[in-house]
Amino acid sequence: MRFDYHTQYREGFALWRSPFDRNLYALLLLVLCALPWFMSPFVLGEMAYVFILCVASLGLMSLTGLTGQVSLGHAAFIAIGAYGHAWFLSKGLPLPLSMVLAALLSASAGLLVGIPAIRVSGLYLAMVTLAFAIIVEQIIGHWSSVTGGFTGLAVNDPVFLGLSLSGSKAFYYFCLFTLVLVLLALLNILRSGMGRALIGVRESEAASYALGIPVERMKAGAFALSAGITGLAGSMLAHHLKYLTPDGFTLLLSLELVLMVVIGGLGSLRGAVLGAILISSLPTAISRIKPFLPDSVAKQFGLETFIFGLVLALFVLFEPMGLNGRWLKIRSLLESFPIYRKDTFKRNKRYMKSERYR
Amino acid sequence: MKTSNATPPLLTVDKLSLTFGGVQAIADLSLEVRPGEVLAVIGPNGAGKTSLLNAVTRVFDPSGGQIHFKGQDLTQMQRHQIATLGIARTFQNIELFEAATVLDNLLLGRHRFFQGHWWQQVLRTPALTRLEEAAHAEVEKIIDFLDLTPWRHAPIAGLPYGVRKVVELGRALCAQPELLFLDEPASGLNPEETRELAFWIDDIRSELGITVVMVEHDMSLVSAVADRVICMAQGRVLAQGSPTEVQSHPAVIAAYLGA
Amino acid sequence: MNDFWLTFAQLTVNGIAVGAIYALVALGLVLIYKATEVLNFAHGDLLVVSAFSAWGLITVWGLPFWLALMITVLGVALFAFALDAVVIRRIAGQPQFAGVMLTIALAFMIRGAVSMLFGPESRNYPTPWSQQSTQVGGVSIANLQLVILGVSMMVTLVLFFFFRFTRLGVAMQAASQNQLAAYLNGVRVKRVNSMVWALGGVTAAFAGVLLAPITLVDISLWFVTLKALSALVLGGFGSIPGAIVGGLLIGLIEQYAGVYMPDGTKDIVAYLVLIAVLIVRPHGLLGEAHGRRV
Repeated sequence: MRFDYHTQYREGFALWRSPFDRNLYALLLLVLCALPWFMSPFVLGEMAYVFILCVASLGLMSLTGLTGQVSLGHAAFIAIGAYGHAWFLSKGLPLPLSMVLAALLSASAGLLVGIPAIRVSGLYLAMVTLAFAIIVEQIIGHWSSVTGGFTGLAVNDPVFLGLSLSGSKAFYYFCLFTLVLVLLALLNILRSGMGRALIGVRESEAASYALGIPVERMKAGAFALSAGITGLAGSMLAHHLKYLTPDGFTLLLSLELVLMVVIGGLGSLRGAVLGAILISSLPTAISRIKPFLPDSVAKQFGLETFIFGLVLALFVLFEPMGLNGRWLKIRSLLESFPIYRKDTFKRNKRYMKSERYR
Repeated sequence: MKTSNATPPLLTVDKLSLTFGGVQAIADLSLEVRPGEVLAVIGPNGAGKTSLLNAVTRVFDPSGGQIHFKGQDLTQMQRHQIATLGIARTFQNIELFEAATVLDNLLLGRHRFFQGHWWQQVLRTPALTRLEEAAHAEVEKIIDFLDLTPWRHAPIAGLPYGVRKVVELGRALCAQPELLFLDEPASGLNPEETRELAFWIDDIRSELGITVVMVEHDMSLVSAVADRVICMAQGRVLAQGSPTEVQSHPAVIAAYLGA
Repeated sequence: MNDFWLTFAQLTVNGIAVGAIYALVALGLVLIYKATEVLNFAHGDLLVVSAFSAWGLITVWGLPFWLALMITVLGVALFAFALDAVVIRRIAGQPQFAGVMLTIALAFMIRGAVSMLFGPESRNYPTPWSQQSTQVGGVSIANLQLVILGVSMMVTLVLFFFFRFTRLGVAMQAASQNQLAAYLNGVRVKRVNSMVWALGGVTAAFAGVLLAPITLVDISLWFVTLKALSALVLGGFGSIPGAIVGGLLIGLIEQYAGVYMPDGTKDIVAYLVLIAVLIVRPHGLLGEAHGRRV
């Protein structure tokens, strides 16, 4: 059993719940830093890709999970970040500046969507973002002078302070470093005034207004923040892909991001990371299983799509709190061990009440 | 503690009207709230009591009239600026933040106070940690005042109804308002909880020095705690005065209380 | 001058023909949304399933078109009924988001399954009206498009009378607004909802079987859903006449944009309209405005 004995306020809002947690996470970080000495460049490349997707997933989570605004078109922001970064690099800007500018560019695009999005919510917002993503995809395809259109755009190698970051080890550390930075920044935001306000906006706008939270500004700001983080992921993705074409940023990518966020567990940063890890490793897992499946099933490319759908459906039906939910349940089981109540997380029967009058 | 009629009123509502589509929720309403008093607004359903609250807290735009709070015209303010002026409210259907804990809800009550610059929050500077600790200390006072200590870290979702009402009251108090609006604070509470509420409202007025305006149906609570009562019907003031005066007013009895 | 009007008339006729498809698909979407408040992102995939089944029945089994159409409609209706009864029903009472996610998941599954079973090549099948067109005063229209127009109007009329004048229709409306109250009034809500899904499946089947010969039997058929979404939004979410009006308008706007506006606009104009409508007038042309009482 675990009890929190806090003697100071700051213990209550610390990042770790206990020294045990802190040591565990420190160990994890150590292991991740030590990996390049033991793993092949291929694996390091894959892990770097997973880190990039984690950042993108965190970006979407900070919108959907925190303020409850649904976005089905986040691939657009990845695209804007990626193309923007490539363009800035081609103009000779140093790497950190280019990444920051790409993120800001993406954030402004987020603001562009976020400000009209204030007036709509829920389903309508999902559709606006969907439409936005399709429009961006088309613009990228047609604006050949800047984006290279459908033929594509090459990306310069990343160079930082004279060192090339394109080697697998260097790129791995680069991605890991950015991920940790983004994670810490979001964690800090969440446990201070802004984070609380964002959650307030998600839960009850009426109460938020009454408490002095400028709801509309918060919602637009959340969009900008989310788009910025996702744009940052895009700039890293540009180096991973090395060559940008519009069909790397389709609706499917947006839906993959949504899958990560939903399967991971809405509203938690841990969920975003877990979801990203699961979804990005799914294709490799599927290609591992393919040799074992009967020929008629395995040979078509629909298998991946099918399995993605199946995994999402299973989570929505049986574990709506996502991977994070499962983590929390296991943790609460371990913490309250002898007196764990079997139905702690049991869901009650619920009747549908129209959300149109919400 | 009785108020003196010589001090200027805290809130003045002047010939206020509010229409929804074809329905006139408030018609030519004028009233004033004196500092340090507990004012009860009673009346049948549809009288416009909650609409009055919503008009003052800028949920809706009035179609006519003025609202002045300490000399400032509220109708020119935006909805989220009301809290910064020192006005707080609770809601008829509890609007708590369900996914958060009681402590988080109360901390959010303090939003109108400086929470740190954005870069301080992202970097978690020592200055910000001190700010957060100060905020926690202030919130603890309210937790103590309302006996919420056992519920401090409980998520709202599992709390009993009576406790939720108290948490919402606490959240409004954390904003350190001068004027507190309570929308049917006793609805859904059993008699014991209602008696506790009466003591708290009295303490809010005498210890914290907050002026309270409450919309209420429970006449025992009104008689126990209110200094002045205004009865509304069909968007207008029907009668005002002390609780006994209003309760014995013939028009009030006809429209609302029954013989 | 005459040339301009001729082109305009031709575009209008094309627009209405295309719009009728959008309207039919939007109709299915709005039915399901009105009843269960779930926006069925898998609707386009129901179209795909219909098209592929029709292909199978016509070219592989050699059935006549009408028979294939009826069997497909029935089959997809049953499939949609089963989808609701077995899968969608389980998330009743959860926030709308869960429904969206589930239908997206189902869309993926159906799309993946169809890909696996049929492979990636596009196919086609003959209809009694293929390659035939009618000329009216210089404007030509494919007979198939006329049929689509006719079918859409017929389906709309049938549904209108169904919802207005039959007990089942009224029950559906009741169940959509407040499930618990509907239960207490003796409405068998679960069955009613599944039947609405079946109706949605019927409209999808008609749309899919009739549209496929024009755009080829291919998984990309599901893209029509997005255009139908724009139609829904333009017409007014939750409004059945709105779906029809919206569909026709989107069809027209696209055709005009293809000629009168810069190159490439035609592809995105439907989505621009969607965004514009949601910003300026969220409840569309014929929809109801909603607000929350605090």
